Amino acid sequence: MAYSDKVINHYEHPRNVGKLDTDSAKVGTGMVGAPACGDVMRLQIEVSEGGIIEDAKFKTYGCGSAIASSSLATEWLKGKNLEEASKIKNTEIVEELALPPVKIHCSVLAEDAIKAAIDDYKKKQGSAPAQAEAAG
Amino acid sequence: MPSTYFDYSATTPVDPRVAKVMMNYLTLDGVFGNPASRSHSYGWEAEAAIEKARKQVADLLNCDPREIVWTSGATESDNLCLKGTAHFYHKKGKHIITSKIEHKAILDTCRQLEREGYEVTYLDPSSEGIITPDQVAAAIREDTILVSLMHVNNEIGVITDIKAIGEVTSAAKVVFHVDAAQSPCKAEIDLQDMKVDLMSFSAHKAYGPKGIGVAFVRRKPRARLEAQMHGGGHERGMRSGTLPTHQIVGMGEAFAIAKQEMAADLKKMTKLRDRFWNEIKDMEEIYLNGSMEQRVPHNLNVSFNYIEGESLMMSLKDMAVSSGSACTSISLEPSYVLRALGRNDELAHSSIRFTFGRYTTEAEVDQAVKDIKVAVNKLRELSPLWDMYKDGVDISAIEWAAH
Repeated sequence: MAYSDKVINHYEHPRNVGKLDTDSAKVGTGMVGAPACGDVMRLQIEVSEGGIIEDAKFKTYGCGSAIASSSLATEWLKGKNLEEASKIKNTEIVEELALPPVKIHCSVLAEDAIKAAIDDYKKKQGSAPAQAEAAG
Repeated sequence: MPSTYFDYSATTPVDPRVAKVMMNYLTLDGVFGNPASRSHSYGWEAEAAIEKARKQVADLLNCDPREIVWTSGATESDNLCLKGTAHFYHKKGKHIITSKIEHKAILDTCRQLEREGYEVTYLDPSSEGIITPDQVAAAIREDTILVSLMHVNNEIGVITDIKAIGEVTSAAKVVFHVDAAQSPCKAEIDLQDMKVDLMSFSAHKAYGPKGIGVAFVRRKPRARLEAQMHGGGHERGMRSGTLPTHQIVGMGEAFAIAKQEMAADLKKMTKLRDRFWNEIKDMEEIYLNGSMEQRVPHNLNVSFNYIEGESLMMSLKDMAVSSGSACTSISLEPSYVLRALGRNDELAHSSIRFTFGRYTTEAEVDQAVKDIKVAVNKLRELSPLWDMYKDGVDISAIEWAAH
């Protein structure tokens, strides 16, 4: 299958690969997907006291589109507040990366990972989890 | 730069010697006649060319040329042999035996026969990909009419002991069909020695053209078939349709070359395969799929654990390989062959098939090994599963949310 230039760019030069301290109260971790399905994403955010996402990291097991979707998500997350971050939609990822229909699930997974990371952070902070939209 | 071809099990390039012969059977100044034309030399010459090719194919298989039926390829041969046998013997019984690791041309044909009221037993291979004669013997019933097994598996290259299984089916008076699409040039076939009733072949897996194949139909004891293609009664009524002379001479030439060069080809393949495998086998968490001993020498099917196959292929962009995991399909199902071997989902998703051929060079193998090492390291750095493995987390113990 032919990949878009943007997917190839993210795949060859993935942004923000790595791992943040899972135990830190400032870090929210979202792990979504399943090895059986061929995709697992781990996306993490580090949130400042002012509620701004200062850092974001990911690691992804999956196809090129899954890697590109999570790489793009970390780029978009940095500098956003939690409210803005929770509004990132999978359709925006599809559009930005020009994903074909068979790869839309990769963008859905990235959106799920963002929501899961935000929820994890909020749980640690003792507040109610954000309303995750049903997806996948 | 075109990518290096490591997908000889998908198809092979036509040998230039074959292409050269084929060109003589197309144009006005060549032998373009209809081989069924009996009234002029155009037809006679074409017929002579076809009979020469029939003998070339029969010589490689050590059978009678009259046992060779031209078809459009192994898929058609599989359809003809399975449906043709089932329909001919339906009054005797409706039970068919095959295995879970057959090519789709067999499995989908069996599904169709199930819809028609036949019952099919799908044998489980061992973890090495082997189906044993004892398994076949145990599965045969009163109403079994047909056993169909592949000679060489297309994904993992494992060779089935069809000689031994032929003894079992022959004693039980059950028709034995073998899908041998992957065999020519790679695994020895001697039909005087193997009690196989029906066998399917394609030219394009053995440096011949696409669109032409053969069904071997044994004369003694006679294998009976009901035709699936009706028309002018070509090929002794078993497969009608004007014979494509240029394709047929191509297949004949390719099989004649295979007979001459197979020993040298096998030696070369084994050397390349060993060179490749010895370089990568000590990498962490890599697994060879299928038996190394009972295997054709040109195939390596390898799972790189904690990496997904499609992304690995994307990294290996200078190599044409195929992934056992059909990740590009909507179903996202990993290889059914690897699943049948008992491989877990991660390993099945992380498999790559490398197949070598007549034109593969040592330099290409060396470059491939280098590229694979770089790609695997890069993707493992990106893989959360690799992280977990390195941290000692048991991935199979995690309850993953399927999506």
